[in-house]
Amino acid sequence: MPVDVEEYLSSQENKQQLRFITCGSVDDGKSTLIGRLLYESQLIFDNQLSELKSISKKVGTQGDDIDFSLLVDGLAAEIEQGITIDVAYRFFSTDKRKFIVADTPGHEQYTRNMATGASTADLAILLVDARTGLLPQTCRHSYIVNMLGVKNICLAINKMDLVDYSQDIFEKIKAEFLEFSADLNFEQIMSIPVSALRGDNIISRSTNTDWYEGESLIQYLENLKFETEKEFQIFTLPVQWVNRLSHEFRGYCGLVAEGSISEGDEIVIKPSNKQSKIKSILVAEKYSSNCSMGQSVTIELADEIDVSRGDIICHKDSLCSAVDHFQGKILWMGEEKMVPGRPYIFRFGVAESSGSVSKLRHKININTFMNEPSSDLELNEIGIVNIALDKKIIVEPYIQSKRLGSFIVIDKMTNNTVGMGLVNFALRRGENLHWHNMDINRNSRSISKNQKPVVLWFTGLSGSGKSTIANIVEKKLYNLGKHTMLLDGDNVRHGLNKDLGFTDVDRVENIRRIANVSKLMLDAGLITIVSFIAPFKAERELAKDLMGDDILEVFIDVPIKVAELRDPKGLYKKARSGALKNFTGIDSAYEKPEKPDIHIESDKTSAEDAADIIIRKLIQKEGI
Amino acid sequence: MSQTHLDILEADSIHIIREVVATAENPVMLYSVGKDSAVMLHLAMKAFYPNKIPFPLMHVDTTWKFKEMVAFRDKTVSDLDLELIVYINEDGVERGVGPFSHGSTIHTDVMKTQALKQALDKYTFDVAFGGARRDEEKSRAKERVFSFRTNKHQWNPKNQRPELWNIYNAKKHKGESIRVFPLSNWTELDVWQYIYRESIPIVPLYFSEKRPVVVRDGVLILVDDDRLPLNDGETPIIKDIRFRTLGCYPLTGAVESNAKTLPDIIQEMLVSTTSEREGRIIDFDNSETMEKKKQGGYF
Repeated sequence: MPVDVEEYLSSQENKQQLRFITCGSVDDGKSTLIGRLLYESQLIFDNQLSELKSISKKVGTQGDDIDFSLLVDGLAAEIEQGITIDVAYRFFSTDKRKFIVADTPGHEQYTRNMATGASTADLAILLVDARTGLLPQTCRHSYIVNMLGVKNICLAINKMDLVDYSQDIFEKIKAEFLEFSADLNFEQIMSIPVSALRGDNIISRSTNTDWYEGESLIQYLENLKFETEKEFQIFTLPVQWVNRLSHEFRGYCGLVAEGSISEGDEIVIKPSNKQSKIKSILVAEKYSSNCSMGQSVTIELADEIDVSRGDIICHKDSLCSAVDHFQGKILWMGEEKMVPGRPYIFRFGVAESSGSVSKLRHKININTFMNEPSSDLELNEIGIVNIALDKKIIVEPYIQSKRLGSFIVIDKMTNNTVGMGLVNFALRRGENLHWHNMDINRNSRSISKNQKPVVLWFTGLSGSGKSTIANIVEKKLYNLGKHTMLLDGDNVRHGLNKDLGFTDVDRVENIRRIANVSKLMLDAGLITIVSFIAPFKAERELAKDLMGDDILEVFIDVPIKVAELRDPKGLYKKARSGALKNFTGIDSAYEKPEKPDIHIESDKTSAEDAADIIIRKLIQKEGI
Repeated sequence: MSQTHLDILEADSIHIIREVVATAENPVMLYSVGKDSAVMLHLAMKAFYPNKIPFPLMHVDTTWKFKEMVAFRDKTVSDLDLELIVYINEDGVERGVGPFSHGSTIHTDVMKTQALKQALDKYTFDVAFGGARRDEEKSRAKERVFSFRTNKHQWNPKNQRPELWNIYNAKKHKGESIRVFPLSNWTELDVWQYIYRESIPIVPLYFSEKRPVVVRDGVLILVDDDRLPLNDGETPIIKDIRFRTLGCYPLTGAVESNAKTLPDIIQEMLVSTTSEREGRIIDFDNSETMEKKKQGGYF
């Protein structure tokens, strides 16, 4: 007990604060660990302890012992179900530091609540049950905290008491995690063997793990060097609110996002690019000659210019510019799935605009970190997206500025927060690239060839007969005097796309290129026959978007058993033996077209007849 | 000059308060006259300096508050030239609802929770500031800074809006409202430390003085006026007492103490082994009560 309160207070005030989260899978002991930390740092009061003891007996899982998890699981439904639903913030301090800890849920359906806690954390304690090792949810959480820029990870391998404090088990899990996280950008990873329930290696090193020579958890938390925030950035103040409650005063309020500035310094307002100087600075209610990042300020400018909420006041040398199109990463939090093109509100700090995902490039499987094509994002899924805004907003890449690079997505109907996002980079291409209007266009080329150009987009499994039918169709068109071009999967992969493999991402890129080449062929006035597996709906949709009305989707449908029997190139056999990976129909998905323009069942129709059906449709529908 | 812990808390709270003014149509600050309200009010004064606070304060008066609280409230309002709405559930008064006649649960529900809902509806406030902190209680620890309420003033703890970074989603439909807690991340110690650093005036009841009390079920109850019915053979005794938390006087227990200054209070707090809410009789029923009350519209 300090005798001198003044001294105590000044030491309190100068303590650094560390914000961390506990995460990991269900039942790995997150809440128990926090309960233990609170208990050990003597932050549990007598009345809370007696309440805890009585609830422990009633609903706890530890017999007559205290169930520490009940300290943090505060909602009735949580106590009932014995799980954590929402993030809880707890406070404790030691002689060296103050801590705010966010206890986050482990269940997959509450991943969004876990992300809420992670967004403000400096460190993540990732719990692993020593008996089970890394679980999918451990990996998901690692991915999310890494995505949100948390640099420090403490891998707390918990329940060591249940594995006889085995060093082998500890080392094995540790090595497994290091290997798994090698692709992530953590700066420091610390592994500690603990038992939250028994208190091993929480306060001090436990005699049960005499083979462990590192710090205890509390020591680690007290000594960890963490980057508070970068100080060298250029002054940036997003204007939150304009204070002109009285006539003689007009001040621009906000929380300084980056850098610092002094009275008299020259500034520029974005996006208007109007310039002025700093006349006065109020930090909270005190006049000050300067201000810096993290302070809530009110700034008066030397000139009367129009500045409103969402604008940015920055140092005159700032290079930041407003963009309305950028690439980012979003974690979807809505019950209703995210659909590209649907309008949402995007909120960046205090600025907002309506807009939409102009393109879902792919989603990320956070168990494997693999990119997967997708046409939408479901709850808790992460995707790489292009976002188009209705108005220009100042953004920076998240890795450069958390404050200018983070945003939330708001549903226009429900007003709920349905997504969180990070800016990767601005897409400025659109400003510098312009379409050249040619004097000779598709229409003139079409007239000179006396035909209506169209794309016949074949899709179907390998061995369905696409190439055979496409070949006959082209011959028939040639005999009709039409100008044609046939793009065949295998042939194109030998040239234009020889850098691409058969992963989902490569398949998406493969089709993206083909679609664009087809578009050029179409513009050239040709009847273009495209014969690829094209397994994913999203990419076929992309082709349709690109071609507009001038495309016919031709589904060459065959049961996989039949295709496998045919196996003209011996590929199914290879795929079944495991020698060929990512083979459509075997270990890679084929999404059937729902409404093809032409549906050929190639096990019931001969190739010759199929070609006739297609030609007839072409004449009837497109009038070639 | 680097920012201290209190500087950071202050800057973030001011940011939250300004965010409300920038986005709300008709905000109000719920002023309960206690130490947390004192800090919240102080932060609001700073947020809008050199101008005045652009929203009214509202005190939901249960008519059973300590006399000194009411006197302090009126003095604060006049000293700082603030706009104050005092709301009393007149229907409850007419029915004679009080803690002695109806018990603490009904009294709190009618005179506090129902009164608050009536007041918010009457003035059509769409955002209400409250001084609650996450370290106070378990269900508070789960609450967002911007905490959404349905048009029936209900809180749905299982389905709260995710709150990321310091980006606050204040969008709502007509009739819905938001409770905003600028002190969410403050602890009891932070509050006292800040009051000390900024010399913020607080109700004298927080400081020890000789006061008349009766002891009931081990709780020290101040004899604040003659509405306190004395049991047979019960006579008030004079003790050195103070309060760690303030509410309705019959429902708020005092602690024996000699702490007459802020440093004394802080020192006492550091050796205390009980939490501040222990003095609140309304919390005793069971540990889910706060969540239940909040779902029903309590602050």
